[in-house]
Order: sequence, then C-alpha cells, then structure tokens
Amino acid sequence: MNNLTFLPVLWPLFTGILLIFIAKRIKLQRWVSLFSSLIGIVLSMYLVFSVHSQGILTLGVGSWEAPFGIVIVADMLASLLVLTTNIIGLAILLYSFHSIGIERERHYYYPVFQFLLIGVNGAFLTGDLFNLFVFFEVMLMASYVLLVLGGTKIQLRESLKYIIVNVLSSSFFVIMVAYLYSVLGTLNMAQISQRIAEVNQPAILSVIAIGFLIVFGLKGAIFPLFQWLPGSYYAPPIPVMALFGALLTKVGIYSIFRTYTLMFYHDQGYTHTFLAWLALLTILIGVIGAIAYWDIKKIIIYNIIIAVGVIIFGISVMNEQALSGSILYLIHDMLIKAALFLLIGIMIKLCGSDDLRQMGGLIKQYPALAWTFFIAAISLAGIPPFSGFAGKLLILQGAGESGNFLGMAIVLLSSLMVLYSVMKIFMYGFWGTPKAGYRSAAVPVNKMLIPAVILVAISVLFGVATEFMYPFISQAVETLLNPDIYIKAVLKE
Amino acid sequence: MKQNDLILQTVTKVAAFVILLFAVAIFLGGHYSPGGGFVGGLMTSAAIVLLLLAFDLKTVTAILPIDYKVLIGSGLLISSLTVAGGLLFGVPLMTHAYRYIDLPILGHISLHTAVLFDLGVYLVVVGVTMTIIQTIGESE
Amino acid sequence: MELLMAIVIGILFMCATYLMLSKSMLRIIIGTGLLSHGAHLLILTMGGLKGGSVPLLSDETASYVDPLPQALILTAIVISFGVTSFLLVLAYRSYQELGTDDMEEMRGTETNE
Repeated sequence: MNNLTFLPVLWPLFTGILLIFIAKRIKLQRWVSLFSSLIGIVLSMYLVFSVHSQGILTLGVGSWEAPFGIVIVADMLASLLVLTTNIIGLAILLYSFHSIGIERERHYYYPVFQFLLIGVNGAFLTGDLFNLFVFFEVMLMASYVLLVLGGTKIQLRESLKYIIVNVLSSSFFVIMVAYLYSVLGTLNMAQISQRIAEVNQPAILSVIAIGFLIVFGLKGAIFPLFQWLPGSYYAPPIPVMALFGALLTKVGIYSIFRTYTLMFYHDQGYTHTFLAWLALLTILIGVIGAIAYWDIKKIIIYNIIIAVGVIIFGISVMNEQALSGSILYLIHDMLIKAALFLLIGIMIKLCGSDDLRQMGGLIKQYPALAWTFFIAAISLAGIPPFSGFAGKLLILQGAGESGNFLGMAIVLLSSLMVLYSVMKIFMYGFWGTPKAGYRSAAVPVNKMLIPAVILVAISVLFGVATEFMYPFISQAVETLLNPDIYIKAVLKE
Repeated sequence: MKQNDLILQTVTKVAAFVILLFAVAIFLGGHYSPGGGFVGGLMTSAAIVLLLLAFDLKTVTAILPIDYKVLIGSGLLISSLTVAGGLLFGVPLMTHAYRYIDLPILGHISLHTAVLFDLGVYLVVVGVTMTIIQTIGESE
Repeated sequence: MELLMAIVIGILFMCATYLMLSKSMLRIIIGTGLLSHGAHLLILTMGGLKGGSVPLLSDETASYVDPLPQALILTAIVISFGVTSFLLVLAYRSYQELGTDDMEEMRGTETNE
C-alpha cells in the first residue's frame, strides 16, 4: 500500500475542482494552475525516485487487494512518463497564458486542462484493464472539450469526426475487454499476464491481442487507423494541439507497450511481426505526409505519425536494446514534439499564416526563436549528441541484433526525411527575405518562447545526460522484459 | 406562441415534488437495493426538466437560482474529498468506512462513507444533465 | 439464453454499423448509441447469464452470476451516457453553425478555413 502512487492523479483532480469555483477570475486561475503544475512535477519526481529506490509501488484502491480490486501500479516506465507529462503540462500552461485567448480562459480552459492530465496520468498508472478504459475516457472527454472550446467552424467540424472515431474505438475497447474477461476471468493486468502464461496464449488470445491493437492503434494513430489525426489535430489552437500531439497519441503507445510486453508476448511470431509491419508502414505514410505539405502544422503533425511508427517498431523488436531505445525515444518525442508545436505556434502568430511559402527571414529579427527551433529540429531528427540520437541508435541496434535489416533501413531513411522536413521549415521560415511585415506588436515572442526553451533545454539535457538517465531506463526495461517482476509486485506472491 | 398548458402545469406542480422525493428515496436506498447517486441524480434532473417543459427557462431559474456548473464542482469536491480521506487515516484511498448505529425512531441503521461519495455523484449528475439541457434550451 | 443474446448482440452491431455508415449526423449518433448497447450486452453475456439470477452469494440461492460484469456495464453506461449527450449537443451546435448535418458536406480540405 502506498498512497503516493495515486497522488499524480488526485492532485490535478483537486486543482481542477478548485479552478471550477474560480472560473471567472482568470489571473487567479493562472496562478493556481501554475503553482499546481509545479507541485505536480515535484510529486512525480518523488514518485520516480521512490520507484527507483524501492521497486514497483502498488496501491490497492479501497483496501481491496489485487486481483480483487482495482490496483494502481507505478513501475519505472509509468512514473517516468507521468513525470514527462507533468513537465509538458507546465510548459504548455505557461504558453497558454499568452496565446489561448481570454474567451477560452473564461470558458473553463484551465479546469479541463487539469482533467486531461488526470486522464493521462491515470492511464499510465493503472494496473487494471477496465480502469485503463475509464482513464482513457476521462482523457478523451477532456480532449473533446478542449478541441471544441472556442467553437469555430473548423473546430466543430473536426471534433465531430474526432469524437465519432473515438466513440467507435471505445466501444471496441469494451468489446475486447468483454472477450478477454470471458476467456481469462480477470481484468487485473498482472493476473491476465499470469493466466496467459499458464495457457501459453492460444490463438483466441492472439486475436484479442490484435483487437486491442486496433483500439490502441486508433488512439496512437498507427498505419491504417491514422486518418483522423491530421484533420483533428489541425483544428484546435496551438497549445491544445501541442498537448494532444505530445500526450494523447503517447497514451495509446504506452498501452501497446503494456499489453504487448506484459500480456501478449508468447506468440511473437504472429503478433509482433504484425506490429512490426504496421510500424514500418506507419513510418512510410508519416514520411510521405511530412515531405508533401507546405503547411507547417501539417508537417509537424505527420512527424507525430513517424515517431509513433519508430517507437512501435522498437516495441515489436522486443529485445533489451530496442525496448530501452523505444522508451528513450518516447520520452524524447513527447518533449520535443511539444516544443516544436509551441515554436511553430509563434511562427504562425508572427507571419499570420501557416503556409511556408508565405514566410521567410524570421532569423534576422528573432534569432533566439530560430536557434531554438534549429536545436529542436536536429534533436527530432536524432543527430548526436541531442536526445533523439540515443533512442534511435538503440532501436537500430536492437533491430540489427534480431536481423530485421529492412526495418533498420526504413528507420534510418525516415530520420533523413524527418531532417529534410524540419529543415524545410527552417530554411523557408527563417532564411530568405522577410515577406510582408510581422505582427510583432501583437505577439509577446519572448514570453511565449520561454516554455519552448525550457522543453528544448530539458530534452538537450536528456540527450547529453543519457548516461545518467540510463539506470532509470534500464529499470523500466527490466520490468518490461520480465513480466514476473510486475506480477510479483502486484500480486505479492 | 401562447399555449394553453394548464393541465400540464397543474400536474407538474404536484408531480415534480413526488419525483423529487422519490429521487431522494432512491438515492438513499442505493446502498442495499437498486438505486444510488446516478439514478437519483438523473431522476432529480428529470423533475427539473419537467418543470422546464411546463413553465419556461426564466421561471425555473427564478425558482432554482442554481449555477449548475458550481453544482458539478461541489459534487466533484465532495466525492474526491471522500476519496482522499484515506490519506488522513493512513489507509488506501477510497477505503470504505462504515458503522451501524441505533437511532431512536429509525432504528438500526448503517452509516457509510460511500454515501458521501454517492452524494457527490448525485450532484455531478444533476449538474451535468442540467448544464447540457440548458445549453440546448438557451439557444432557442 | 447465451445463444439468443449472441444473436441480439449481432443484430445490434449490424444496425449500428448500418447507421454509422450513413451520411446523416443524427443517424450516426444513434448508431454509436446502438453500438455501445451491443457492447454492454456483450459484457453481460460474457460474464455468464445463468438464467438471470442475482449477483449475490447466499445460502438460499442455488446459483449466482458474476457481479463484476455488472459493475463494468454500469461504468460503461455512465460513460456512454456522457459521451452521447456531449455528442448530441455538439451535433446541434454544429448544425446551427455549419448549416448542415450531412457528413459529406463536412469533409473540408486542409486549405479552407
């Protein structure tokens, strides 16, 4: 029993409730959210270090011990992701102060922001499959509201599609939970893993595994299920877009991590090969999109899809290097995607357009913006010593070890294409002659740049100090590779 | 358009209170028999919706000057305080505490912390339902 | 009984799919509603129906059903209630704003707006 485990969920809940009561006092809302985010980071850091020193922490909610009740499990992967989520939350919050607009702030933007964090943190921390569904729904509910908040035509149109797609995937989730329950008679992830190991994953469980892949793939936007993403993420204002791009798809990926390493790992020839093909196709589609568009929002959005593919590919290889690479790359990608969205937000605000052909010459007036973007861009592409490098290197090593050379080639080529797509933004946006006047007066560039700089700095630190991070990562990987550790910690056998 | 809805209004004046009382009964009975905060809340909002149908939005807001969004907040607050109670007593969150007591008129009766949680659910359900209905209603 | 339920679930899914493939917004929403009904019924059936006995273990009753699926359904119903009502409000709002409930006309390309 350790109540600390649930605090990253409970804390934003209380903040969100408090914010509902002070919804009309915007200044106060900002301060409360900011303060609460700082506390949230401290809490999740404490959680990470506790897990590091004591191993997996669990909490049987309501004094019901696992497997009878809902159990909250903080292993290293979950707590690292919770920490990253909170850091990104803080940065996007800081950015929102200057860009989300007073109308949205008055209409419950900050409370809903906190509710989104509840959903994301909860999904990372839960150890029960149905509870995962519940936290998914909390997260989705908050995302529906954030997506539609403001009520412009494009937002209404896209959120309708987004909600319908997600309602469909939620129904699928419920259906798959029902099937799994009828086969195994339990929903506790540790016990599911144990029972699957006992029966050695017959075909029906592999089918259910693919069913879950459809559910999580819809959230995480993998190959055939990604079509909703470019449209829906395009609609909301930049801070919301950054929040979605950095967090929502990653929850889907985390769920694939959990299900495919903890539960369905016996029939790898079928499930993981399938996963690998989907991952590579996802990378290809993402690359095509990222190169094809002149719209900078679209370019970054398609880069989300590429990253999803790379991470999933790491999971599908399923050995120590590839998994640690995937985790490193996942954390890196959350940080850097949020930073990139914030940066292109400033660019769009300045130029009044999101078309690259209408931009140019920003570097003369805004060198800080330009160089922050440059660092973010080359970290995204995985140039050493920045943060994307270590992750990709490990994924490639893992793939090489298992002999998947096609995958290696595609991941390598995709890095090149990613570099091309972001350099295109850099060259057309920052170099060249300035097009029509910037709207500098209306945009507090320096204030908006701070959160992006924080994120980029953290990600650079994360890249340079990978050695320091490695004990944490390897602890996370150890749990993923030996489900027994997880099972023992949860079921206390 | 002026309608003659005398029958509806007269019936509503009685029926709304019956529904409200029944909602409270269902809410309190929820621990050992079918019912609870969710159903009770839905029924309460059904009573308010009936009032809305019989009279109009202005009259109802005059009778019940409640900001339903604050109601959602209060409900959430009560529920989550119940959840967090575990922190104070050093037991896992959401741990259920109960006690049986004997009261003069009601007799042998049980007291649960789950009721507090359910009260929160009740308020949230009323708040959410009414917010949705008001949002649609106001624009007409 | 389980077989009958399986057929009912199949019919529900069939209708839901049909409705969701249509262009009208309202039909799609009703389709999602039917889909979640089917999913809830599926959970109930998967837990075993046992002739409709109650989820209580006592000396008098010969058989009892698994209470967990019922708890799951309750949660899922509440969630789908919330989502559906949100979706209805949103559909109504966008009908007002966009002036159409036809999904074809809501397609939109990346350049407009």
